[in-house]
Amino acid sequence: MSCFRLENVSYRYDKALVLRGVDLRLEPGEILGLFGHNGAGKTTSIKLILGLMTPTQGKVSVLGGEAGEPQVSQHIGYLPENVMFYPQLTGREILNHFARLKGASLAQVPELLEQVGLGDAMNARVKTYSKGMRQRLGLAQALLGKPKLLMLDEPTVGLDPVATADLYRLLRRLRDEGTAIVLCSHVLPGVEPYIDRAAILTEGAVQAVGDLASLRRQANMAVTLSIEPANGVSALEKVIANASAGNGLMTHDSNGRLRVDVRPSEKMAMIQTLLDSGEVGDLGIHQPTLEDIYVHFIGSGGLAHRGGSQ
Amino acid sequence: MNSIWTIARKEFSDSLRNRWLMAIALVFAVLALGIAWFGAAASGQVGYASTPATIASLASLGIFLIPLIALLLSYDAIVGEEEGGTLLLLLTYPLSRGQLLFGKFLGHGLTLALATLIGFGVAGVAIAVLVDDVVIGTLAVAMFRFVLSTILLGWGFIALAYLISVRVSEKPVAAGLALGVWFFFVLIFDLMLLGTLVASEGKMNPELLPWLLMLNPTDIYRLLNIVAFGDGGQLSGVLSLGADLPISAGGLWFALALWCVIPLAGAWALFRRRRI
Repeated sequence: MSCFRLENVSYRYDKALVLRGVDLRLEPGEILGLFGHNGAGKTTSIKLILGLMTPTQGKVSVLGGEAGEPQVSQHIGYLPENVMFYPQLTGREILNHFARLKGASLAQVPELLEQVGLGDAMNARVKTYSKGMRQRLGLAQALLGKPKLLMLDEPTVGLDPVATADLYRLLRRLRDEGTAIVLCSHVLPGVEPYIDRAAILTEGAVQAVGDLASLRRQANMAVTLSIEPANGVSALEKVIANASAGNGLMTHDSNGRLRVDVRPSEKMAMIQTLLDSGEVGDLGIHQPTLEDIYVHFIGSGGLAHRGGSQ
Repeated sequence: MNSIWTIARKEFSDSLRNRWLMAIALVFAVLALGIAWFGAAASGQVGYASTPATIASLASLGIFLIPLIALLLSYDAIVGEEEGGTLLLLLTYPLSRGQLLFGKFLGHGLTLALATLIGFGVAGVAIAVLVDDVVIGTLAVAMFRFVLSTILLGWGFIALAYLISVRVSEKPVAAGLALGVWFFFVLIFDLMLLGTLVASEGKMNPELLPWLLMLNPTDIYRLLNIVAFGDGGQLSGVLSLGADLPISAGGLWFALALWCVIPLAGAWALFRRRRI
């Protein structure tokens, strides 16, 4: 059973079509990265899964039931973007309140606060918390009652690099225990090793979805070979020019290495030619990163889309 | 039901924490005692006058104070949660919008009820103990009726505040509208009614007028506390229209209870449609 499934889902807000025919699913024990610029439809997708809104068209099913049903919500943990809490209450009082609402045991509250690094601050009022501390409290809140589906909207905002790495490690552990996780973000660096699949949204539509290898295939982006010449740059340049019939883009980097962009389909043949030529001292292969793939799908219009969060 | 109680409990403990409950109770107790002893000072008398006169004075004070306190206590119930960023999170929990609204009503209602009970209760006990010739039975019945109607009036205005709070998206707007509601029911409504009466130059069916008073919960409240003593002479202004009221005391109680139920149901209906 999928943890959630969006089938041909569209959502209209006033006259604007915020989501267009989105198909997306998530299986137990999987981390899905949901990426897109502000206003691409990430938060709207999340709100539909949470049952806060109903789709204009299409079907949303969550944990075998309807989005928003109490028996479904019981098993969902959610960390909203820019999470806020009652400033006059302490971290512990807040978690107690939310645990009661979820019907979860209050005994887990101190343990969860320790887990997110708020053990010493649990009895301090939230108005004294830094942004990072609020974010960690939000994460502890999302983990109440050991949810089957965890939805995190921009979870690393306000976290320092160490806390971010801790968060990702925690998410991996939860995934290994069977929790399905949606990681919604427009901050891509660092996230790549921790997600199983990524979905890239632009203007309310899914542009690409899959694991990294599949996204690379879909993007069909050039692979960069970084080559150290064995006998001189000009001899190496000739070999490359002959092999790619002038198609390969060559650049020199500051270390005297030659960088060549080749199509994925031509990669192996090019490497073979280079090795056979005896002109290669050392060879590095740079696959497109998630960030490269994201930029590829978002296109140069990325800046123009940064309207607002929807 | 558990979710409703969890929300109510938080609202109630908030009002204990921010001293709302204590402050309201204190204001009620001090004013009630002040009125009981110095209410007749204008006529040259100091000391406890009589139970009907004291209750009438208390009710006149309640009309101004109770709606204002109820509106202040609860105008930001929903819009405050939204502005504070907690509404979205709350609604992702196994908690319906109705449960959230009724939970808040229960919490705010309990705060106001307890403050009223403590504040006026203390005053009632002080009168019973300190005034020699007061008839305890009459005082107890009158105080009970007064406290109960005060609580109902407060709940009605809490429900009206919710009606505003679920509709607007900014706290200052909610505060402004809450003040507007107070002005309308406490200050403007009766003037409007008198004005209409005068302007109609007798063409208006006089039998209609007492019923028009039912459109204002503060008038119902005043009628309940003053007419109950069978002393129409205490009524002034527009309320003299209700001196020979065709509505029984039970009807008045029912009308005041409707003023809690209808705005609350309206707030629920609007809240269900609100975009989050």
